[in-house]
Amino acid sequence: METAQETIQAAEAKAETSAKTFKGTGSQALLNGLISEGVHTIFGYPGGAIMPIYDALYDYADQLTHILVRHEQGGIHAAQGFARTSGEVGVVFATSGPGATNLVTGLADAQIDSTPLVCITGQVFAHLLGTDAFQETDVINITTPVTKWNYQVTDAKEIPEVLAKAFYIAKSGRPGPVLIDITKNAQLQVEEFAPYIKCNHIRSYRPKPKVRVQYIEEAAELINAAKKPFVLFGQGVILGKAEEDFKAFIEKSGIPAAWTILGEGAIPTVHPLNVGMLGMHGNYGPNVLTNECDVLIAIGMRFDDRVTGRLDKYAKQAKIIHLDIDPAEIDKNVKADVGVWGDCKETLPLLTNLVNANKHEEWLAKFRDYNQQEIDQVITPELYPTSDEMTMGEVLRNINEICGGDAIIVTDVGQHQMVACRYAKFNHTRSNVTSGGLGTMGFGLPAAIGAKYGAPDKTVIAIIGDGGFQMTPQELGTIMQFGAAVKILILNNRFLGMVRQWQQLFHDKRYSFVNITSPDFVALAKAYYIEGQMVDTRANLRVALETMINHEGSYLLEVMVGRENNVFPMVPQGCSVSEIRLK
Amino acid sequence: MNVENNILHQPTTPDFEGKQEYNIIVYAENRIGLLNRIAIIFSKRKINIESLNSSASEIEGIHRFNIVITESYEVVRKLARQIEKQVEVLKVYYNTDDEIIWQELALYKVSTDEIAEKVTVERLLRQYGASAVVIRKDYTVFAVTGHREETDALVKALEPYELIEFVRSARVAIIKDSAGFHEKLKEFEAFEPGDELVENEFLAKGDKIFTM
Repeated sequence: METAQETIQAAEAKAETSAKTFKGTGSQALLNGLISEGVHTIFGYPGGAIMPIYDALYDYADQLTHILVRHEQGGIHAAQGFARTSGEVGVVFATSGPGATNLVTGLADAQIDSTPLVCITGQVFAHLLGTDAFQETDVINITTPVTKWNYQVTDAKEIPEVLAKAFYIAKSGRPGPVLIDITKNAQLQVEEFAPYIKCNHIRSYRPKPKVRVQYIEEAAELINAAKKPFVLFGQGVILGKAEEDFKAFIEKSGIPAAWTILGEGAIPTVHPLNVGMLGMHGNYGPNVLTNECDVLIAIGMRFDDRVTGRLDKYAKQAKIIHLDIDPAEIDKNVKADVGVWGDCKETLPLLTNLVNANKHEEWLAKFRDYNQQEIDQVITPELYPTSDEMTMGEVLRNINEICGGDAIIVTDVGQHQMVACRYAKFNHTRSNVTSGGLGTMGFGLPAAIGAKYGAPDKTVIAIIGDGGFQMTPQELGTIMQFGAAVKILILNNRFLGMVRQWQQLFHDKRYSFVNITSPDFVALAKAYYIEGQMVDTRANLRVALETMINHEGSYLLEVMVGRENNVFPMVPQGCSVSEIRLK
Repeated sequence: MNVENNILHQPTTPDFEGKQEYNIIVYAENRIGLLNRIAIIFSKRKINIESLNSSASEIEGIHRFNIVITESYEVVRKLARQIEKQVEVLKVYYNTDDEIIWQELALYKVSTDEIAEKVTVERLLRQYGASAVVIRKDYTVFAVTGHREETDALVKALEPYELIEFVRSARVAIIKDSAGFHEKLKEFEAFEPGDELVENEFLAKGDKIFTM
């Protein structure tokens, strides 16, 4: 019989060996690696070629929560929502073939919106590669243009190192999606695995440079001499976790700041220097004054065409300072006079140090003047409509009044998205989740599920159009099964509204296939045991919204809004930002 | 030897829009799939790759691509940044033809009877710098190493005499002022990027600098 002392010694010895090596399958090594990376939630869907990983997952239920989505696209959008609200890497599992190809839209979306993801796909046995085996598809090559990095594992011994690299690449530098394709034999292969070591250096990869002070100085010099400086900020501020540094910079320099839709919320909506939204459906002042400022300071944004409008008439009078972590973005669309390559978490404090304290009162007053015009002509009629028809804007106003700017707003793509970004109030960073670069209809519902897992203590409202909702409604099943308390708000105008708006304005009102009919959304929700209601009169709107927001668990509210309302202001395609139209 | 300063491509003309031949040299990890990752950067923008060579470099395990395209300086610079952005790419250089030493190899298969009868082979060998690689009863294979116009010239010369087969290799090039990649690699392998590694001068002085 062992003595107590011997038992302890034996246990210690065992612990020591397991800390050194562990013997198991590639699948187990993968799951251990995920746990070492701090992963606790996985969005996925099983299938033949990933079964060994799912078999191993069976024993990890106490450490890893797996959310069974209803479609792999829903899974990856959910992981995106999770990454965006939590600031962590989203993790997705999918099988080979159709499972993997269903990820492509989400990968493209995450790539263009710099969302850190690690996707694991199963693959047929290595000896079957290239034989057109059942559910074999060339995932690596299909996903190459839409991933920051991808890799096919055919030998289990590679798994820990490749996984560590994947996480490092996904979240460092300019974040992005990474895909690891693991053949079934590697998932099953039994090996002795060394302890998991996180990756923090790859010789061919420079996530961020050492900041050159010279460029900071040049930038500061321009800023200090400026009479009408203007800051444009994007998601880079949020991805760099530099919200406070950014606030300190604009507060010291007194420079008005406008945001891209992915940068929204990096500073509170009500901040006195927050002058609003850039771009096609952005605010009046920021667009017009882009072509009046003398120094334009772009921070963590990439001058997307929806922001710049016509490039050859974009801020030609201004000196351009561009702060970005990705050197490929500097000079890509807009030539910078001073490019500051670096992580804005590092560059912003350096810049703040060198800029003079200032207040650009006169210049700010210009923004206020334009804002007043926009309020009179666009915002007030949108938020306080006088006709019987409800507007999307008034729904947002009511949400703002109820939630006070503390909710996470997830949107789909289209008119409701622009209205939500324009009017939603945000007090906190990582509160606006939207598909910006790719403009993926169907993003909203699954992304909201992930957003809720990423920020479980927050109210998550998914604002979705009647068109977009019908692209991924199957994820109601995920909500039903796992109880994600997502508030689903469908703004139903019985049209594919944004396309209809363009057809009205630019195609002589030839409404070509934008007239979309919908099922009874409330009944559909009910079929999934999700409560809900529809409102079609203003008198019921407020109570219905309060019911939705205060409801314990998920809830679906369908609001019938005016059929042919347009989103304004608008910079028509091919026009300069200063040619923005108020109607 | 401080040659690194001169290996930067210096555009001689302020005309950034004008197209000319550029040689893009990529140092990268030797990994499956990387060629595709690089190639799609061109095809995504509908840019034709005129010549692409992939080979070993002076350093074991580091692969080198030589890519030739005809594009404007502006476009080439952006392409180079997109390529260098790929995780497994270490470094991208781009240079015009005058900044590099380059060669292409061409092989010509001709009928031995035809050639023996009608051509002064000796003249051929001397004038075009050709060498006979194989001489058989039925055919002869010549090889020429040189610039495009040199290999083209022999095609023209042989065309009247039944040129059975012709093939030209991709271009290989060496940057005149390059000190090679050994020192650079040490910087890359260093844990913290050193000063040398941070070549972001180009950001403000883009037209003077070749690299990202």
